[in-house]
Amino acid sequence: MDDKASEEMSFYEDSSRYRGMLAWLMSTDHKRIGLMYLGALLSFFTVGVALGVLIRLSLIAPGAILNAQQYNEVFTVHGIIQIFLFIIPGIPVSFGNFLLPIMIGARDVAFPRLNRFTLWLYLVGAAVVLLALFIKGAPPDTGWTFYAPYSIKTKANVSLAVLGVFILGFSSIFTGLNFVTTIHRMRAPGMKWFRLPLFIWTLYATGWVQILATPVLAITLVFIVLGRVFGVGFFDPSRGGDPILYEHLFWIYSHPAVYIMVLPAMGIISEIMPTFSKRKIFGYKAVVFSALAIATVGYFVWGHHMFTSGMSDTARIVFSFITFLVAVPSGVKVFNWIATLYKGSIQIDSPLLFALSFIFLFSVGGLTGLIIGSLAPNLHVHGTYFIVAHFHYVMFGGVGFSFLAGLHYWYPKMFGKMFSEKAAKIGWFFFFIGFNVLYFSMFILGYNGMPRRYFDPPPQYHSGEMVSTVGSWLLAIGLIIIFCNLIRALFKGPKASANPWGGRTLEWTIPSPPPYENFIEMPVITEGPYGFGKK
Amino acid sequence: MALGRNSNQQATVPSTEQGRIDYAGKKIGMWLFLFTELLFFGGMFLLYAVYRSRYPAEFHWAAQQENLLLGSINTMILLSSSLTMAVAVSAIGKAHRRLSCLMQMVTMLSACCFLIIKYFEWGAKISKGIYPNSPVLLAHEKGDILFFSLYFVMTGIHGLHVLIGIIVMAIMLFFTRRGVIAPDNFAKLENTGLYWHFVDIVWIYLFPLFYLIT
Amino acid sequence: MDRDDLQAQTAGYSHYLCVWAALLVLLGMTIAIARHELLANYSVLGSLVIATVKAGLVLSYFMHLRNEGWVVKGMLLLAIGALTFIIALTFVDTWYR
Repeated sequence: MDDKASEEMSFYEDSSRYRGMLAWLMSTDHKRIGLMYLGALLSFFTVGVALGVLIRLSLIAPGAILNAQQYNEVFTVHGIIQIFLFIIPGIPVSFGNFLLPIMIGARDVAFPRLNRFTLWLYLVGAAVVLLALFIKGAPPDTGWTFYAPYSIKTKANVSLAVLGVFILGFSSIFTGLNFVTTIHRMRAPGMKWFRLPLFIWTLYATGWVQILATPVLAITLVFIVLGRVFGVGFFDPSRGGDPILYEHLFWIYSHPAVYIMVLPAMGIISEIMPTFSKRKIFGYKAVVFSALAIATVGYFVWGHHMFTSGMSDTARIVFSFITFLVAVPSGVKVFNWIATLYKGSIQIDSPLLFALSFIFLFSVGGLTGLIIGSLAPNLHVHGTYFIVAHFHYVMFGGVGFSFLAGLHYWYPKMFGKMFSEKAAKIGWFFFFIGFNVLYFSMFILGYNGMPRRYFDPPPQYHSGEMVSTVGSWLLAIGLIIIFCNLIRALFKGPKASANPWGGRTLEWTIPSPPPYENFIEMPVITEGPYGFGKK
Repeated sequence: MALGRNSNQQATVPSTEQGRIDYAGKKIGMWLFLFTELLFFGGMFLLYAVYRSRYPAEFHWAAQQENLLLGSINTMILLSSSLTMAVAVSAIGKAHRRLSCLMQMVTMLSACCFLIIKYFEWGAKISKGIYPNSPVLLAHEKGDILFFSLYFVMTGIHGLHVLIGIIVMAIMLFFTRRGVIAPDNFAKLENTGLYWHFVDIVWIYLFPLFYLIT
Repeated sequence: MDRDDLQAQTAGYSHYLCVWAALLVLLGMTIAIARHELLANYSVLGSLVIATVKAGLVLSYFMHLRNEGWVVKGMLLLAIGALTFIIALTFVDTWYR
């Protein structure tokens, strides 16, 4: 890098015609938008974690802190916040926004003003959801899944919460639309499709899922409001309706939604593995096609959430079969990540530690998913803590750890500072141990019959609940250490260089933090990513 | 990753880099938005399909209660408005600004006529006591309740899209008059056209499903 | 604007008029089929087929799909495919209950 580049203004200092907070909120710069999203996401995540800790406390002393009605409201809000305000927007709006243009050699996304609009939609949607918790009436108590007929009948502020989610849905849709268009149209010269970094491929696949699945949730939420306000009984048997159709419509979105969550997370792992083993990714094309396959096949497995709902046997068999198919491309990815390590020059820094954790925890979650996806076991574990453990392993152990991996990996690039590697590892340790104590015990509880969403566990589960709750405290300590480390580094950390990890994708060729226009001269690409050469 | 930084290489530069508008990109963006609309209406068509397969006789009877004449007129109006919209877009591309403005106005007026006719159709039903959750409707067969609920919801949401289309077209007309939309820069109008044709296509399917399954 | 230009512009719009005429004819056909007693069993299928032809005309000519490359056509196929398959899979449940 030449000296001129390091003297260049970073995007933080670049002047705009607004000042202060407005200079950020009115910015169309994808980097600023990404950081604002990141701040909002992590704030909501913290609230969600606090609610989770509260749930665990209540479960070891039912009635002492929350009564039964409040318990229902707390787990509902925990789910709504973690899913709709954190994990679905999650990686695409934070790391995706910040890095997509840079990694493909562009100056910004295809529609920068639309990008800014998605941020505003997100903030408004979040505000409406939070409003539903505090205004007159009660917070929703339906579970984040809003199943009919209860969601139509309950006196809680469901319409308002659902309106908030509707608005958030459009933020997601427009983000996906923007990213798909950007990847088609704004790649730098020479950046052919099969030279794209794998993170970009996952953002592409995710964008398509956002475009094609989210609108189905949108209309389903409209149906809930129509039912509550106008008495339209699409899911009311007394009016000819079918509650199972609600479940179909809901899961037609909500299953692909988990791929919106996990595909970008897998993309991050695909970026980290080559850098920390100093080898190019094993089987680049296989990883690309597995991402596309997961997005495609994942679109058609939604019925596996409904095996005990009263669906036809034929449908159960079909959905179970397709569910087994979708595990295959995930397996391909896990294999290829591990193969990338083989004969590599491995540097176990914090990003790699979180990434390796992802591989282990996601595999546990994924394998238990196969158990749940089999029809006979499903009858026993549906609606139990086995399910709760499974999805926390894939979503929190998977996407959550990947989020932290990406945060540590790209931290120097985004903030121009370096954090304490030692503190990161200590935080990881508590987080990892706490996570497994908290959630593995749930597999055992669920296998032994503990139902989910129950306010007062029967006494035979008490010791398991106790172990799990202690795990939640260890996990919370870990998170506190991790975030204190990162926040401290913002103010007191040493300056970071352009490429502290030795990465081989475009973001590591520009200063940390990047200048406003990303590249002084547009790069021209002549070969694929992860060019670590033969080893 | 090797980077070449000189312009001697005959590499294609993204068109936005040279300050040109990426017309193809804007079009792709609009098509992607239309796909979201397809899936949005799709959820309603899914419900219709399932309930029709469950209550074929009731759906058949209920469809006969619809006003076929008004529905057919409305279909003709929308098809014609698609024509005028297509001509409007083509016209501005050929620098025929006045023709384009005229066609845009005719499209908007046609859309208004559509909504007025819809208003009368709905009014007729409501005056007979048929609307969601009404005692009259709830006394009917389950299949009828579903048919009419779907009718109000689907034509209602479609009508909302028509209304939004009218507003957007008004803005585009303003832009065309002002020259913001010009022969070398009419992506906005073309994309509005795409939206309007989509709204037309939705009605092309709604019409037989509610008026013709007799 | 001279006469040649006028010719050029009206020639440019005439194919839209032809498509519109075809759409109105198809509309007439679909109403006729629906009211025809003998074809009652096939009237729904017939109506939907004709609707699809009409939609195809609007897509190809009014929305200029026939002038688009494979990117846009492929994307449209993807979206239609997605909707078709989710309705079909839902029917695997509702049909076999």
